[in-house]
Amino acid sequence: MTATTTAGPATATERTGVRVQLQDLRRSFGDVRALDGMRLDIDPGELVVLLGPSGCGKTTALRVLAGLEDADSGAVVVDGRDISGVPTNKRDMGMVFQAYSLFPHMTARDNVAFGLRLRGQGAGERRRRAEEYLELVGLDHHADRYAHQMSGGQQQRVALARALAIAPKVLLLDEPLSALDAKVRVQLRDEIRRLQLEVGITTLFVTHDQEEALAVADRVGVMREGRIEQIDAPEVIYSRPATAFVAAFIGLTNRLPGHASGDTVTVLGSRVPMLPGSPASGPVTALVRPEAVRLAPAADAAPDAGRAVVVATSFLGAHGRVQARLQDGTLLVAQLPVADIVALQVGQQVAVQVVPTPVLATAD
Amino acid sequence: MAEMTGTSAPLVQAESPLAPLRPARSGPRLRAARRRRQAAIRWVVVVLVLAFFVTPMVSMVDFTTRLLSGKRSGIAWRKVVDFGQLDPQAKDLLVDGLRTSLILAVLTVVIMVVLLVPTMTWVRLRLPGMTRTIEFICLLPLIIPAIVLVVGYYPIYRFIGQHFSTSSVWLALAYGVLVLPYAYRALDAGLSAIDVKTMSEAARSLGSSWAGVMWRIVVPNIATAIAGAAFLSVALVLGEFTVASLLSKNNLQTSLVLVSSADPRFATAMSLVVLLLAFLLLFVLTFVGNRRRARR
Repeated sequence: MTATTTAGPATATERTGVRVQLQDLRRSFGDVRALDGMRLDIDPGELVVLLGPSGCGKTTALRVLAGLEDADSGAVVVDGRDISGVPTNKRDMGMVFQAYSLFPHMTARDNVAFGLRLRGQGAGERRRRAEEYLELVGLDHHADRYAHQMSGGQQQRVALARALAIAPKVLLLDEPLSALDAKVRVQLRDEIRRLQLEVGITTLFVTHDQEEALAVADRVGVMREGRIEQIDAPEVIYSRPATAFVAAFIGLTNRLPGHASGDTVTVLGSRVPMLPGSPASGPVTALVRPEAVRLAPAADAAPDAGRAVVVATSFLGAHGRVQARLQDGTLLVAQLPVADIVALQVGQQVAVQVVPTPVLATAD
Repeated sequence: MAEMTGTSAPLVQAESPLAPLRPARSGPRLRAARRRRQAAIRWVVVVLVLAFFVTPMVSMVDFTTRLLSGKRSGIAWRKVVDFGQLDPQAKDLLVDGLRTSLILAVLTVVIMVVLLVPTMTWVRLRLPGMTRTIEFICLLPLIIPAIVLVVGYYPIYRFIGQHFSTSSVWLALAYGVLVLPYAYRALDAGLSAIDVKTMSEAARSLGSSWAGVMWRIVVPNIATAIAGAAFLSVALVLGEFTVASLLSKNNLQTSLVLVSSADPRFATAMSLVVLLLAFLLLFVLTFVGNRRRARR
C-alpha cells in the first residue's frame, strides 16, 4: 500500500509486499470438500479478508497458504514462485492464530525474539528488535511478562508483534480477534489495519465477522462451499452483491416480491434499478437493504406505495430499525434516523417506499 | 512399590472435594461442627493409611536391629553406611547390583523420554484418532503379569545374549515397557495442560524445525510432567525384582535377595533404604508439581 513513512521497525519504504496466488486449490476431508477449485490473487501489500460461514473453507485456504495443510491439487504461488512443496518453517510467513499461541514458558520479549533466534540473530540484536516490535503494538512496558500475566488482547498483540518481527513475506491472520470481547476486538482490529498499512505487508485475514471484514479489508472475498463467490472492495460487496448468497450473508437484507422488466424492478410501487445478474423480466424477489426502505405515516403516502403495519422498533444510537409487516404477511426491516422512528408507533399503518439504489433480484 | 506409595496422597485428598457438595442450610455453629467432623474423618484416614505403610517399615527396623538372642545391635545399619564391613563376596554382589540398577534407572528414563514424548506429541498433532489405541498399548504392562511378559521377552533376550551380550543392562529395554503406564499418565497430564497444536504451528510458522518444536517448545512446557514420569520410572526400576530374576539378570533387588540368605538383617536394612529413597523421590515429585501449580 502507499503508506506514508512513519516511525517503526519496518515501513512500506523498506519492505514491499509480494504477490500471492492461490491457483485452483482443492482439498477434501473425507467426503467434505473444504476447497473446491479456489482461486485468489492478492496484490502486493494488499489486505484481503476471506469471509464466510463456518465450513466454507476459508481457514483451510489460509492453512494451505501457511503450509499447515496440504492441498490435494492446485498451487500456491508467492512472489512468482510455486511454494506448494515448501514446508511451513521455510515459507517465511507470519501467522496469528485464533487460539492464544504465546509460548507459556517465555516472556513477551522472548516470544517476539523466538523467530529471530531461529534466524541466527545475536542476543543484543534480538532483544532490540523484539522491544521495537513490542513498542509497535504498544506493549514495550510488558516485555517481561508471561502469557498468563497478560489479557487476551495483550496476548494477541504480542502474537502479532512476534509474527511481524521475522519480517515475513506474508502475514496470515486466522480469526485473531474472535476470542476477544467486543470493545478490545474493535480496538485491535483497527490496530491491525494501521500496522498492516504501516508495514506494507501482503495480508490474508480470515474471519466470520462481516463487520470486521468490511472494516479492515482492501478487498473482501466471500466464500461458499470451497470457492470464492465474490471478491471486491467492501463497499462494492455491500452495495453491489453479485449473488443472492453474498447479499444475504453481508448485512441485513429484505427479500421483497417484485416484478422485473428491462433493467428495473418494481417493488412495493417503487421502480428500482437492478444489478447485473438479475433476471430481465417476470416475477422476482428483490434483495433490498434496510437503509433503502423508507417508511412514512400512511396519510402522507403516494397512492401506489406499499402498505405495512409497524411491528417493533429498536434504537441503535444515531439510527434505529423498524420491523413492519406487509399486507401479504412479509416482515421487512427498515433502517431510519432516530427522529423518524420517534414518529412511528407499534400498530400504526405506514406507507413503504424503496429508494432507487440498485438492487439484486433473483427469479422466484 | 511405586504404585503403592503413589496412592497414599490421593486417598487423603479425596475427602476434601466432598465438602462443598453439601448445601449450606445450617447455621454457622452446625457448619463448624460439620467441619470438625470432616477434619476428624480426614485424620482417621491419614492415620490408617500411614499405619498401613509404616507398620511394615517399623517391623523391618525392628528386625534389622534385633539379634536372635533378643539383644539390640546396629551392625546391619553400620554395614549399610560402610559396605567395607560386609563379607567381600556379598559386597561385590551388592555393589554390582547397585551399579546395574542405577545404570538401568538412567537408561530406562532415557528410553522412556525418547520413546514417549515425541510419540505422544505426534499423536496429538497428527493422529488424534490414535490416542485411545496408544493409551491402551501403554497401559497393557499393568494388565499383563510380569511372568507372562517374561515369557514374551525370553526369545528376545536369548537372541540378544547370543548375538550381543548377556549383560544385565539390557534389562532397560524391558523396563522401558514396564514404566509405560506410569510415564504415559504423567506425560499425558502435562501435554493436556498446553495447546500443543497451536503452539507447534506457531513455532513452525516462525521457522522452527520439528526437532526445534520438540526441544524448544514442547519439552520446556511439560518439564514437570517429564520429571514426574522420570521419578516414577526410577522408583519402579530401583524396586524391580521379578523380571530381573526370571530373566536371570542381576540388579539391586536380586542381589539383595542373594545377600539376604547369608545376612538377612543387612539385606532388610538395605531394602528399607531403597524404599525410603523411592518415597523421597515421590515426595520431591509432589513438591515440585505443587510449587509449579502455585506459581501459575
